Amino acid sequence: MSYEIVGITVLWTFLFGYLIVASIDFGAGFFSYYSVLTGHENKVHDIIQRYLSPVWEVTNVFLIFFVVGLVGFFPDSAYYYGTALLVPGSLATVLLALRGAYYAYNTYGSSEVNNRIYMAIYGATGLLIPAALSTVLAISEGGIIQEQGGKVILNWLGFFSNPYTWSVILLALVSVLYISAMFLAFYAGKAGDKGAFEVLRGYALLWSGPTILACVFAFFQIDRQNPEHFGNMLDIAWMFIASLICFLLAVYFIWKKHHLGWSFILVILQFGFAWYGYGQSHLPYILYKQVSIYESFTNETMAIALITAFVAGLVVLIPSLILIMRLFLFDAKYVRGDSPKKG
Amino acid sequence: MPSLDPVTLSRILTGLTLFVHIVFASIGVGVPMMIALAEWRGIRKKDPHYTLLARRWARGFVISVAVGVVTGTSIGLQLSLLWPTFMRVAGQAIALPLFMETFAFFIEAIFLGIYLYTWERFKRPMLHLLLLIPVVIGSSASAFFITTLNAFMNTPQGFTLKNGVFADFHPLVAMFNPATPTKVSHVLASSYTLSAGLLAGIAAFSLLRGRKDAYFKKALKLTVTASFVFAVSTAIIGDFSGKFLAHYQPEKLAAAEWHFETMRKAPLIFGGVLGENGEVKYALELPYALSILAGGTPNTNVIGLNEFPVDERPPLLIHYMFDLKVTIGVLLVLIPFLYLLRRWLPGKSKGIPKWLLLGIVALGPLAMTAIELGWMFAEFGRQPWIVRGYMKVSEAATTSQSVGPMLILFVILYLVLCVSCIVVLAKLFRNKNVDDEMRELGIPGGERK
Ligand code: HDD
Ligand code: HEM
Ligand code: HEM
Repeated sequence: MSYEIVGITVLWTFLFGYLIVASIDFGAGFFSYYSVLTGHENKVHDIIQRYLSPVWEVTNVFLIFFVVGLVGFFPDSAYYYGTALLVPGSLATVLLALRGAYYAYNTYGSSEVNNRIYMAIYGATGLLIPAALSTVLAISEGGIIQEQGGKVILNWLGFFSNPYTWSVILLALVSVLYISAMFLAFYAGKAGDKGAFEVLRGYALLWSGPTILACVFAFFQIDRQNPEHFGNMLDIAWMFIASLICFLLAVYFIWKKHHLGWSFILVILQFGFAWYGYGQSHLPYILYKQVSIYESFTNETMAIALITAFVAGLVVLIPSLILIMRLFLFDAKYVRGDSPKKG
Repeated sequence: MPSLDPVTLSRILTGLTLFVHIVFASIGVGVPMMIALAEWRGIRKKDPHYTLLARRWARGFVISVAVGVVTGTSIGLQLSLLWPTFMRVAGQAIALPLFMETFAFFIEAIFLGIYLYTWERFKRPMLHLLLLIPVVIGSSASAFFITTLNAFMNTPQGFTLKNGVFADFHPLVAMFNPATPTKVSHVLASSYTLSAGLLAGIAAFSLLRGRKDAYFKKALKLTVTASFVFAVSTAIIGDFSGKFLAHYQPEKLAAAEWHFETMRKAPLIFGGVLGENGEVKYALELPYALSILAGGTPNTNVIGLNEFPVDERPPLLIHYMFDLKVTIGVLLVLIPFLYLLRRWLPGKSKGIPKWLLLGIVALGPLAMTAIELGWMFAEFGRQPWIVRGYMKVSEAATTSQSVGPMLILFVILYLVLCVSCIVVLAKLFRNKNVDDEMRELGIPGGERK
């Protein structure tokens, strides 16, 4: 494998990590708020808090890792995306900032249990952020960022009147809710919390239909937007078929209420197949026809240094991630809420 | 008035974000160290007061971490959004520390999460303390990595420039440039000083309000002693930073000292105003002092500002920032020193005198001011360069016309974040006061151990 491929694979993998952990978080925010509105609050709120509290900061780092790594490995992408995305990037930053801060205030600071304002901010940003971030994927299909006379500009009107854009945003929103509900149902099942499980299982089933419809819709919109990319996707059609099979099995298990752990693993596989299939067929372009991984790669010494740092980093990171998962995800006592909480 | 072009606006927005971030970042670097110190003392002396101290500090710390994380995320994204050309070119040489910093964040975030939720989960308290070590290392390492990047901007190396093309990159050489040692150590030491000072201020404030529990006295002793040690180190390293500047960035030192003619036995000018023709008025002049700051002996030759082309001179305003900061640096050493001498101070029969407690309350705000001034001095003093000698600020900024509205958006965001942070912290400590908590945990309060 060339350095370019190693670099983009590493980044794509961390973005996938972000996709999963952040979706759980974003969706949880929405469900928390929704459960307050519909009076299911005391059933699901605890479960959501218990999982989220120790990990919210870690989620954020996945995103930073991707951005910093992208700029490190492919400096040109900083130039094009950086200039073009000033406004959406800033808006997403502001939303992330509000979300992070208010989550911490609510969890560690506020004394009344569920402050409504905090909850509303948390719920709303849970949907707005994925919508904002997903536009980057839509932009990457090309035709929207233009370079004219040495200036990089973005054609907003064309962008928002394009059904493809909306298909991506829609897909992002329903996927977030689906992934999150599937995870939380699994977590509630593990905690042996019947009430929460029933509510969350309902959410998961509810969002599974829209998810698969949005996937199909977005899939065929790519054909209209970027036929070359679509052709590449058809060449590796098996990945998308595998994704579909995983989806069907995952929903089946949740429906039948057994193998909940497997059900969530299948969700990860479902998105994994689609994610890497999409990513592989997107190559060699990071931004269609403008930034290719081969022409925009950093120098070789820096590439080696970054990859070395990455491997060294993983040696520390993986055991730490395993530790936090064992303490808060797989520790039955903690999940059930028997062990003492924050200090 | 300078026109508000994208370059100026980008500078203002970057400066603003860093201005806010650095407060929380410094707390993020220093406070875990103080928590570790308190918890360790608590375990060693089997004194639950210190453990409670660590616990209460940790609780407030999470709130400030949250703001540190989100403002850090802002600056991380803004570097690419506002300075795309800088990142495209400099990224080739200096992406490595930025990349490693994210690993440091990971470690810090993971272990902080674990630490906060495991106060009673281990049989041996030492295991819980061990969890804090990665947090201390992670946050200090992130400060280290990011500061090497800033050091690179001041003394770039590790690449060559041939016919306008950057080539031949050496990431480690770029990282370990001449500015790295003084810069990193000064930044770390000043963060520890700030954190110790802030925590000392909290204890002193409680004593001022008439609380007499041993808990507060122990807190005061621990934090003020730490403040003294850290402040002395900061000042000593600051002296090294001056020597570094004299050698590698003489224009910055010269602008800071209003030192125009190259000479030996140079005096140090403190305060003052500049007249019409560049003459210095109303200043305090310390003979030989600048030569001593620059090279350790009165005979050191100090390069003057007149050696540099007019359009490459930093703004002379930084003189005041430097002077004010050094003044604060002296105060930060003096106040804790007086506390250490408290047994010999007049009026000791009533405990610690009120004026001294007030001084201790001021330590935190003073250190914070010094840090902001120090950074403004360091950053304005690099003007007009973004990468000294290679790329000017004006060539590096975005060309987007939308920076203005974004600036307004972020001003509002930071106001909201800072105000809400203070409100939440105040509420947190009011709702859970020390006495109640000591009773809850069965710690004997009041009497001295
Ligand atoms: C508590 C904070 C604090 C205190 C008490 C001091 N400093 Fe400082 N100083 C900083 C906090 C700081 C800083 C914020 O951390 C800076 C900004 C950039 C840097 O590297 O550190 C800095 C920069 C800085 C620089 C510029 C370095 C550069 O641009 O490369 C010099 C020459 C000094 N300092 C010198 C001093 C001296 C002689 C002090 C004697 C009392 C002193 N500092 C106290
Ligand atoms: C955290 C402490 C820091 C503070 C408080 C700080 C403060 C400032 C201020 C006040 C400015 C505006 C200066 C001017 O416009 O004349 C500025 C500019 C800037 N700083 Fe820093 N800075 C810090 C560290 C860094 C670091 C570590 C980097 C490198 C990643 C950096 C990169 C920049 C850039 C790119 C600019 C804009 C260009 C310029 O004006 O020189 N800063 N900073
Ligand atoms: C010398 C100045 C700086 C220091 C000492 C510093 C230190 C820190 C620390 C300790 C944190 C973590 C906050 C916490 O968890 O307690 C943090 C967050 C962050 N900083 Fe800074 N920082 C500095 C300047 C910068 C600059 C210039 C950048 C831009 C590249 C930056 C990028 C970030 C990012 C992206 C985060 C958030 C990480 C996360 O999501 O967990 N920092 N910084």
